[in-house]
Amino acid sequence: MREQLQHLAISPSGFVFDPMTGATFTANRSAMVLLEGIRDGKSLEELTNTLEKGFEQRGADLRRDVLEFVRSLQDEGMLPREFELE
Amino acid sequence: MSSRPVYETPSLQRHRSGTMNKMGGIPALRPVSHIEGVDVEELVEKYSSPLFVYSERSIVDRYVQLRDQLERRWPKVQLAWSYKTCYLDAICRIYHREGSWAEAVSDMEVEKALRNGVPMDHIIFNGPHKTDPSLLAALRGGAKVNLDNFDEMARVEKLSEGAGLEASVGLRLNLAAGSIPRWDRFGFNLDSGQAWDAVRRMLGAGKLRLAGLHCHLGTFILDTAVYGEATKKIVAFANRLKKELGIVLEYIDLGGGFASKARLKSSYLPPEEITPSASQYAEAIGDALSELDYSPDQLPMLFLETGRGLIDEAGTLIATVLANKRLADGRRAVVLDAGVNLLYTSTWYRHDVVPTAPTSGAPEPTILFGPLCMNIDVVGENLMLPPLEVGSRVLIRPVGAYNVTQSMQFIHLRPAVVLVGQNGQVGVIRRAETLEDLTIGEQVPEWIGR
Amino acid sequence: MKPFSARVAVTGLNATDNPGPGVAVARALREDPAFNGQIIGLAYDVMDPGIYHSGLFDACFLIPYPSAGREALFERLAYIQDLVGIDVLIPNLDSELPALLDQEHRLEAMGIRTFLPSREAYDRRTKARLDELREQHGVAVPRSETLSEVAPLYALAGKFNFPLAVKGVFYGAEICHSLDEAVAAFYKAAATWGLPIIVQEFVPGEEFNVCAVGDGEGGLVGAVAMKKLVLTDKGKGWAGVTIQDPRLTALAARVVAALKWRGPCEIEAKLHPKKGYQLLEVNPRFPAWCYLTAGAGQNQISAVAQMAAGEKIDPLPLARVGTTFIRISLDQIVELTQLEAISTRGEILPEALLETA
Repeated sequence: MREQLQHLAISPSGFVFDPMTGATFTANRSAMVLLEGIRDGKSLEELTNTLEKGFEQRGADLRRDVLEFVRSLQDEGMLPREFELE
Repeated sequence: MSSRPVYETPSLQRHRSGTMNKMGGIPALRPVSHIEGVDVEELVEKYSSPLFVYSERSIVDRYVQLRDQLERRWPKVQLAWSYKTCYLDAICRIYHREGSWAEAVSDMEVEKALRNGVPMDHIIFNGPHKTDPSLLAALRGGAKVNLDNFDEMARVEKLSEGAGLEASVGLRLNLAAGSIPRWDRFGFNLDSGQAWDAVRRMLGAGKLRLAGLHCHLGTFILDTAVYGEATKKIVAFANRLKKELGIVLEYIDLGGGFASKARLKSSYLPPEEITPSASQYAEAIGDALSELDYSPDQLPMLFLETGRGLIDEAGTLIATVLANKRLADGRRAVVLDAGVNLLYTSTWYRHDVVPTAPTSGAPEPTILFGPLCMNIDVVGENLMLPPLEVGSRVLIRPVGAYNVTQSMQFIHLRPAVVLVGQNGQVGVIRRAETLEDLTIGEQVPEWIGR
Repeated sequence: MKPFSARVAVTGLNATDNPGPGVAVARALREDPAFNGQIIGLAYDVMDPGIYHSGLFDACFLIPYPSAGREALFERLAYIQDLVGIDVLIPNLDSELPALLDQEHRLEAMGIRTFLPSREAYDRRTKARLDELREQHGVAVPRSETLSEVAPLYALAGKFNFPLAVKGVFYGAEICHSLDEAVAAFYKAAATWGLPIIVQEFVPGEEFNVCAVGDGEGGLVGAVAMKKLVLTDKGKGWAGVTIQDPRLTALAARVVAALKWRGPCEIEAKLHPKKGYQLLEVNPRFPAWCYLTAGAGQNQISAVAQMAAGEKIDPLPLARVGTTFIRISLDQIVELTQLEAISTRGEILPEALLETA
């Protein structure tokens, strides 16, 4: 299910190139962390933990952010609709 | 530990031609935490959200600036505060304190002006609907009554004759000037000769005296040349009245219509580049008035009834973020506690929406919804905004003109309005409403029962 | 030939099939043998083709769209100024001028010089006020009306003959052959550029263009007249040839004198079979075809850059008549790293440039 993510070229600047569709994106740092995490098959729990550890928090709802991010990847066609995080 | 980056909501933005400029379309994203030196959070803590905030300094500065610019170009100038633009007593009294008369367009507004201590002969009474009792009181007290149509003229003649008055009135004129929409539903048309007929008709009846001419061209007029052109037409008419009929006018009232720094939805360029300054308006009017064929001791008074141009920037609405949403099409939406119930002008203007605290995260096109359970409750579309946290505040501006007077008790009660004084003091000028305020006039007929 | 060394910033890099003038301006400057400065490109979109023209720009920056307002622009200019130090700015799009006019002091305080018309001159050449040029200066201008609502269009249709031209405030003109078309064109132009809309009487005859530079005192620094030879489907010139007709040059001189125009402009005129040249529009910047002035031996771009920098220039040579341009489409190869730089950082800035800043 994560094939398309495997091919993404993610540059340290946040520039993302999808070689399968030719689309380019700008990702912020938390999005880059999530892209890599989802690609590596991390679970929802693991992803929120990674965000928790990697960033200075200001009380954001990380679980919701991760789920919404997955939804946005589905909207962009990078993940199939039926994909669900463990 | 502090070396960790600050968390931002994850965002992956697809590059699309035409929207790939993160420098573009993000005016004033620098947070504004204070209004006239007063902390927004403190205001909300004390007076709740949403909250209208007016700045006395801005009101006074703009008033003085316009008056001075006009006086530099015409020796006799009198501003009259356009009540409908914002008729809260405190606001009106600031203008009256600075020397402004009142411009009223209904019985209620006349009453309100009298209550604010304005003498009747310092009230300009306009509008298409003036009742007999208020007309009579206005004529008796020497208000400047500007007639809208022939039927009103006949009514005023009858009223003043019945009361044994030798009343003076003004005529409202409409005319074509520049390319602005013509407001010919008000007053007598100058271009067609209808205005001339009205004067002849009035003199023929011999019951009223013509004291002045009034013309309110329209609203949000960005081209000052339009004022020049209209004033020239009125001046030519006045010269003809004097030459052929021997009428010497006491006043020429050029109404309002000056633009504020609000941003019209139909305008591509930002207001700072297209809204004329007070001096540009004054210059256009002053140049045209100088063609008046009057001797220096006869010069008529110039009245202006500027509303929006004076007060719009003085008013800010504080609102609070209730929720964030993703719409089905992926667009970001923010729900605020202030909607079209308080922001009637958001129909025509794209107000600035500015966060009060630093934000992080990439700005995205965002749609702003109000708190009403109605699909039409949209305060702004496609505003480039960064992620806004629930409970954070935004400032919506400029909203000083019309929004308070046109706000309604629909679904939610109306919020408090406060004034920040020139020394930074804060005073409530209308408290937040309670259910009592809403139901005060209600009655339940006895057959309905308890 | 005195060497001219300055860092010149140029906007309008949208060299698409409806091109902005930036690439032409930069090329003309680059090809002046006396020029040994640098050229900085200021773009609005990552996909503005000019950014990727190999060897043309020493650096490129994204700048905010004109609709973002003056403060956003000045903030960005200040950032760029800090980084690379611009000496001269040549803005090339109509819509960006309002933010820059009458701002010489502010720009000069930042170290940026321009050669632009006054706000007053700019306003007087708007389509809505061209009539005044006829009334006050005897310039031949077709009749026009400025409308801010659609209703008067119906009355106008009786007054003017069809076809008539419906124009937006900044760009675009549509020739309409019926009232229906005119109403549709009105709404289309209003939706794109806002109100008002200008409706102009249609002038029959051939169209000519003049690229001209005024000195701001009423004098003409240079003028190159051109006849379009090929038009695109959008009515843009795809090929053209320099011509010489004293009546056309006289019209340009008259317009520049009447407006006391300072800086570059494009004068669009039609040669009416009976009435002679009729002025259609005065565009307040270089046209996209301005490279032709350099090609024909009268490099107006270099002249403007030098005058902006405060240099005295020699009188420009006359343009060679018969010089022809033919535009060409070609596909540039763009490295992903360039796209990355401009889309994530908003700039392409080679380190070599920083060292010389």
